[in-house]
Amino acid sequence: VTSFPQAARVALRDEQLRSNLHLATTTIRGKRAAVVAERSDWQELRDAGAAIKRRVLRHLDDYLVQFEGAVRRAGGVVHWASHAEEANRIIVGLVLGTGAHEVVKVKSLTTDEIGINDALAVAGISAIETDLAELICQLAGERPSHILVPAIHKNRLEIRDLFREKLGVADLSEEPTALAGAARAYLRAKFLEASVGISGANFAVAETGSVCVVESEGNGRFCTTLPRTLITVVGIEKLVPTLEDLEVFLQLLPRSSTGERMNPYTSLWTGVTPGDGPSEFHVVLLDNGRTDALADQVGRPALACIRCSACLNVCPVYSRTGGFAYGSVYPGPIGAILTPQLRGLAEAGSLPFASSLCGACAEVCPVKIDIPKILVHLRGRVVDESLSKTAPERLVMRGLARAFGGPRRFRFAQALRQAFAVDGRIRRVPGLGGWTRSRDLPAVPGQTFREWWRKR
Amino acid sequence: VDFPQAQTCCGQLHFNTGYQKEALSLARRFVRVFSSAELVVAPSASCVAMVRDFYPYLAEQGEDAALREEVNVLAPRVLELTEFLTRLGIEDLGASFPHRVAYHPTCHSLRALHLGDAPSRLLRAVNGLELVELARADECCGFGGTFSVKNADTSSAMLADKLQAIVDCEAEVVAALDTSCLTQIGGGLSRRGLAVRTLHLAEILAAGAP
Repeated sequence: VTSFPQAARVALRDEQLRSNLHLATTTIRGKRAAVVAERSDWQELRDAGAAIKRRVLRHLDDYLVQFEGAVRRAGGVVHWASHAEEANRIIVGLVLGTGAHEVVKVKSLTTDEIGINDALAVAGISAIETDLAELICQLAGERPSHILVPAIHKNRLEIRDLFREKLGVADLSEEPTALAGAARAYLRAKFLEASVGISGANFAVAETGSVCVVESEGNGRFCTTLPRTLITVVGIEKLVPTLEDLEVFLQLLPRSSTGERMNPYTSLWTGVTPGDGPSEFHVVLLDNGRTDALADQVGRPALACIRCSACLNVCPVYSRTGGFAYGSVYPGPIGAILTPQLRGLAEAGSLPFASSLCGACAEVCPVKIDIPKILVHLRGRVVDESLSKTAPERLVMRGLARAFGGPRRFRFAQALRQAFAVDGRIRRVPGLGGWTRSRDLPAVPGQTFREWWRKR
Repeated sequence: VDFPQAQTCCGQLHFNTGYQKEALSLARRFVRVFSSAELVVAPSASCVAMVRDFYPYLAEQGEDAALREEVNVLAPRVLELTEFLTRLGIEDLGASFPHRVAYHPTCHSLRALHLGDAPSRLLRAVNGLELVELARADECCGFGGTFSVKNADTSSAMLADKLQAIVDCEAEVVAALDTSCLTQIGGGLSRRGLAVRTLHLAEILAAGAP
């Protein structure tokens, strides 16, 4: 597994990526700030969203069983998957059962998380991404790099060249309408042919068994209404108690994510209805590490995330490294607290450290997740659970703690630092190469404040 | 005014790096050294945020009920310097500093202590001082404690943009409320051979004062 610092190092060298990211995140940031400022009750909305999510997580067992019953009563089938492989096995089995060789997909992080496209490919089934940006990533053979804007790392010219090659439109221009037109022509044919649709869910309503997908293009609605069979993968944390609770989230989500007052296509369906939409509906409830996160009292609020991506757009780390450096479908600050909890600290232990703890993420989070607090908590778990007992870092930190244990030792440490000074600045310190590659350290002044105070 | 010589470090470095046990013993030390003070004034927004926002949590996680109680009493009495001046109703200290100054609002002063424009107001009252606007001022300079070493490349990329903003606004001096951020910015300026100086706000407020 590539650590974040290693992956970031590669990403930071890509000037085109950085300029694409800078432009895109700055634009979305501004749009979000403007529409959030319109609401005088924004803080109350955030409080309400956070409270609903807290309640759901505290009583998740009850809500899940309630949801299962409601889906069944509405004519749907519920499957439980404890991990990605199990979910994939269930979904591949369902698709094979229909005899389909192609499925259309709604943009979905959860299905990316379990890697369903690869699992379907192994079974000889091709999965067509129908969200424009997801399609761009799929055609380019890349992973999405942003929760909301999967192809944020690509500019129009790069997309034009990709479409010219992969969609066979030789004289395509880089005008957004032309690019969208080419994708539309390709996707319409796929929608009309498909007999199976696969989606994720933004919300699942325990009371009614309803599932909600929030999207901007309407392509998702094609996938959830045209095919005979619809399979929806739902992370168990996506539940809300009642339909009424959606009111809060359908206000919080669009303003936080796309910077819109209202979401363009909000699809909500409940089980099956004869003569209307899919005749077969399956829900796969996915754990895949979520109960581990639930068991961590401090880390748990990470499960409240509604995937708006506001934290990515304001993050000074994400806006420079981009999403790939996080090595997960969940990049940015939320990814840095979610991925290690879902996959384990041994695999994703560098992620909680991929933040300067500047706090910009917590300020915009629509459900008030205290991301910096969880980052620090997970850092503590990395140090306690997976860092070697003899790691040089541990020894240095212990040494520093000892140096801070009293004023005399503190003064000695200052004197030690002084040993590296040349002409009033420090350009190299053994073991601190990371710092001194790009920065000097000031030397300790001839008279410290402490000495001045004593002699004054 | 007293400067207890027994003080060392609030433990933020350890806490933020995941060494909660070490942070806890430094927190105990801080409380011991300062508990008799009526008010504690610190020239560092991040240290104040550590004490006020995270000591209660640290004590709770460390299951130290006694510390929790002491922190509850002490933490509200720990103030950042500009908070202290604002509380006293002081805006003009009679300082004189005829230079072009860019103010960098550090993350903790902005998003943890919510100091708003209090520091800028103090700077504007300084004689001869020209406060210039820093582009994307509220963005982190990239320091972040051990982040600057563990993620040196990302930290340096953040710093590079901050330095560019400083150069663009043609400031002679960059002022902030955290020495840590000033060390990062100053370290970058020094390495690039740029003549811009970094100063803590307190140094400017004390300049040429009667």
